[in-house]
Amino acid sequence: MILDEGRVTEHKKSMESYLAPLVREIAPSGIRKFFDLVSANKDIITLGVGEPDFVTPWHVREACVYSLERGRTGYTSNAGMPELREAIGRYLEESFQVKYEPLKQILVTVGGSEAIDLALRALIVPGDEILIPEPCYISYSPITAIGGGVPIGIETTSENGFKLTAEALEAKITPKSKVLILCYPSNPTGAIMTYEDWLPIAKVVEKHDLIVISDEIYAELTYGEKHVSFASIPGMKDRTVLVSGFSKAFAMTGWRMGYACAHEDLIAAMLKIHQYTVMCAPVMGQVAALEALTTNGLEEKDRMMESYNQRRRLVVQGLRDIGLDCHEPQGAFYAFPSIQSTGLSSDDFAQRLLVEAKVAAVPGNVFGLGGDGFLRCSYATSVAQLTEALDRIGRFVEKLKKG
Amino acid sequence: MKELNDLKMKVLDLLKEDARRSPSLLATLLGVSEDEVTTAIAELESDHVIVKYSAVVNWSKIEDEKVTALIEVQITPERGRGFEGIAERIYLYPQVKSVYLMSGAYDLLVEVEGHNLREVANFVSEKLSPIESVLSTKTNFILKKYKQDGIILEDHEEDTRLMISP
Ligand SMILES: Cc1ncc(COP(=O)(O)O)c(C=O)c1O
Repeated sequence: MILDEGRVTEHKKSMESYLAPLVREIAPSGIRKFFDLVSANKDIITLGVGEPDFVTPWHVREACVYSLERGRTGYTSNAGMPELREAIGRYLEESFQVKYEPLKQILVTVGGSEAIDLALRALIVPGDEILIPEPCYISYSPITAIGGGVPIGIETTSENGFKLTAEALEAKITPKSKVLILCYPSNPTGAIMTYEDWLPIAKVVEKHDLIVISDEIYAELTYGEKHVSFASIPGMKDRTVLVSGFSKAFAMTGWRMGYACAHEDLIAAMLKIHQYTVMCAPVMGQVAALEALTTNGLEEKDRMMESYNQRRRLVVQGLRDIGLDCHEPQGAFYAFPSIQSTGLSSDDFAQRLLVEAKVAAVPGNVFGLGGDGFLRCSYATSVAQLTEALDRIGRFVEKLKKG
Repeated sequence: MKELNDLKMKVLDLLKEDARRSPSLLATLLGVSEDEVTTAIAELESDHVIVKYSAVVNWSKIEDEKVTALIEVQITPERGRGFEGIAERIYLYPQVKSVYLMSGAYDLLVEVEGHNLREVANFVSEKLSPIESVLSTKTNFILKKYKQDGIILEDHEEDTRLMISP
């Protein structure tokens, strides 16, 4: 607004025009669009939730309450409480056989989200190409673009179980390729990568001198095969930023606790951005995260894993019984069935499912290349709700068939 | 005592959450055949590991509320039979809901249910105290049940998650 002869008049220029072009051009998230369709309708059963249905275990909440009562309310060191970084280091070594120097190579962040942002900001020189296997978590490409990078999608397919192959990766590499973002176990496909799957990828990474951001936030949620961290593949640790956090495995989404592990020079660079933008992760969350890594916390985590596995079997079996092709998701808490047999696009299917059958699930196309024709169904919901949702989907698909 | 196999333990966990789950649902959840589940349940039942399937009732929801007391009982054990005989004499009363042998300041903890305070008090003075080897009783009435057998009776934790999230 400008002052004109003592009166306030509307500014001629639109607010839009002030915005940085990089930000203006970011398309609104497809998930957001879909979210607006799902009103607060109580009859809707949602399979659209990308977070655990467990409340954070009580001993973790209690540890936070206790520390608040004792007045622990200040900043912590920028990189996070040393005890927490030590505990994360021990946990990663015991669980995934990757060893980091806690005080130099581990940085506690505001969710895995901040860790991804920091890593990309620390690495991207405008024009760099960032390789992103898709369908994938929706934040990689926008964050890349904000940093001036060029997101290059690599399509993965259900024929390969949505795994990344060396050929598909190699085909997208140019002299400008700099970073590869990996997300296994995958949101939204539930795909995982085994040691044997990783080896050829590691070769390509080495050959083309890439840096890898490995988002392993679902590392604890694998069913059958134990998660193999990309950083544990010989020769890869120093090229990899391992991103993880407490949101999924420990049912702590709202606490916003994540971390990044990498070569100390890269962590130092990320820490520079972190200290000027957020100072430090909230102390309450850090205290709770420390408690989550105790023996008690790890047992609670295992109990939750068993429960997800049971529900995974229920949903995959249920979707197949309905007649929808569904590859076996081996990680995270999503099933990613194909809805191609119905002849509808993902968007149409999801919208009609919502309106006609009152089940919310996320259309696969919002996750990028290769996602259309699929539906992301989160099974982090009670057995009773899942059973009812499967019934409704079954009747809906039946109705579609009859035309 | 038997060591239960993994499948039986998991079946027990799932039935403890909801005893009305069908064998076919349990089989899908656990990734085994329905036959395996049916056999496991049959064995659990015949071994009396699963004793009974019953509903957990929140009596405070209905008008005809019941009163429950936890009674601490000190007794002199009988020669040769210890506490067993007296425990049996007590638990055979239908108004006795549970009886535990305890370590500590008293011997038996007896849970008694009645329609009102007087009924419970009468049971203590007329039935329990007169038993020869009962030395003393201390009656504690339960005012409110918050959690019973691992189940929170009035659970306030609701699902506050967003309907759709990435
Ligand atoms: C693959 C993936 N990475 C990162 C995140 C963000 O997690 P955080 O809560 O740690 O920021 C999510 C959350 O949905 C996710 O699915």
